[in-house]
Amino acid sequence: MSIRLGIMALLAEEPMYGYQVRQEFESRTGGTWPLNVGQVYTTIGRLVRDRLVETASQGEAGHREGDDADTRETERYRLTATGRAEVGRWWRTPVRRDVPARDELTIKLALAVTVPGVDVGAIVQIQRNETMRALREYTLLKARADRAAHAVGGSDAGASSGNDLAWSLLLDNLVFMAEAEMRWLDHIESRLARAARSRSMRPAASDGVPRDTSAPASGVAGGAARAGDAW
Amino acid sequence: MNAEREVALRLVGVSKTHGEGATAVAALTDIDLDVARGELVALMGPSGSGKSTLLNIAGGLDGPDAGEVTVMGRRLDTADVRERARMRRQQVGYVFQDYNLVAALTAVENVALPRELDGTRPRRARRQAMEALEAVGIADLASRYPDDMSGGQRQRVAIARALVGPRSIVLADEPTGALDSVTGEEVMAILRARVDAGAAGLLVTHEPRFAAWSDRTVFLRDGRVVDATRPAGDVTELLVTDR
Repeated sequence: MSIRLGIMALLAEEPMYGYQVRQEFESRTGGTWPLNVGQVYTTIGRLVRDRLVETASQGEAGHREGDDADTRETERYRLTATGRAEVGRWWRTPVRRDVPARDELTIKLALAVTVPGVDVGAIVQIQRNETMRALREYTLLKARADRAAHAVGGSDAGASSGNDLAWSLLLDNLVFMAEAEMRWLDHIESRLARAARSRSMRPAASDGVPRDTSAPASGVAGGAARAGDAW
Repeated sequence: MNAEREVALRLVGVSKTHGEGATAVAALTDIDLDVARGELVALMGPSGSGKSTLLNIAGGLDGPDAGEVTVMGRRLDTADVRERARMRRQQVGYVFQDYNLVAALTAVENVALPRELDGTRPRRARRQAMEALEAVGIADLASRYPDDMSGGQRQRVAIARALVGPRSIVLADEPTGALDSVTGEEVMAILRARVDAGAAGLLVTHEPRFAAWSDRTVFLRDGRVVDATRPAGDVTELLVTDR
């Protein structure tokens, strides 16, 4: 994630002190991406250098430069017109998805199916437990956040409810990502099972893998009984 | 599994085969499962893995070929048909993807129906139905007909019906299957709240994010439990600020 553009998006709202930028960024993203102070000031320093951001006193008489230590603590920063245009471009431009993030699990499984002697099924199971655990925790956090939002009620409009929504949507994102991972793991398991089955069907390669019996058996007996009986 | 909590539903060594002879298919093999009151257990697995068969056996709609099924301390598998039907009416309710409400009856009449079928006097059945609707937050819709309700509202009626009166076990088969994601979440929150209030829940779903509302998830494959997550503990400090 571009911290640079995140900071600029915040400054588009109003001029802020450096520590304020950090606070706002963290509170709006639920603390999922903590920033350290140094990171914030370094980034702001570069933005000032590139004339995307200026100190709020710049342009006034006797203005100071924006990157010495004193200025950092005491100055508020604001977007320049160029900076504002850049933020506008950011909102309008889709986030590129053609460069996949390097994901350890993806790499691990790609290696697991190619390296001999690795029990891929076990890896899938262990990971599924972990992903399900994370998914459950996100769900608990979200249920808790939603209850808190309801308890506050609709009267408290404005910044706080906006941040609550951001936090809730962020948890949704984690939920959907974890769910996608679960689906992918299930898919791997099914494909492995199918591959094992087709191996065992070939007479020459009878490697002792038990024949799978995943016929669509369930639900048949229940279906008929259900209609009148199952309230 | 939960020493301190009352086990509402217990399956021990349950097996079930569909068909006979050469075409016989083992739908379930040696399943052990406990669901305590206050506990929601999710069943996941690919289609044909035995989820629905397990749910039907747990609810007494289908009998196991081997093993024991105990509902609120009473054996279901050895009970005769009449006794089984009675236990179902009194203890166990179903929630389906397609709601299964009677279109000609209002919400409160739908919820009261299983009580009346069990011989409860109409006035008392209605009172219990109103309490159940209250518990799922739609007492104000009591006199609506299903056709005049949204999917989420209908599913709330179905949950109320599943847990009306003395009923304490809810078996939910893809209860969010026909709902959009936000409504599905609301329905899960209601189901969770009813379980937290003391019901025992067994939930079949193929959507992990709904299974995540449960305390445990049991994964089935080819009629066997292949995996079961541990009960959820307290939420750890997952994110930097936990609000």
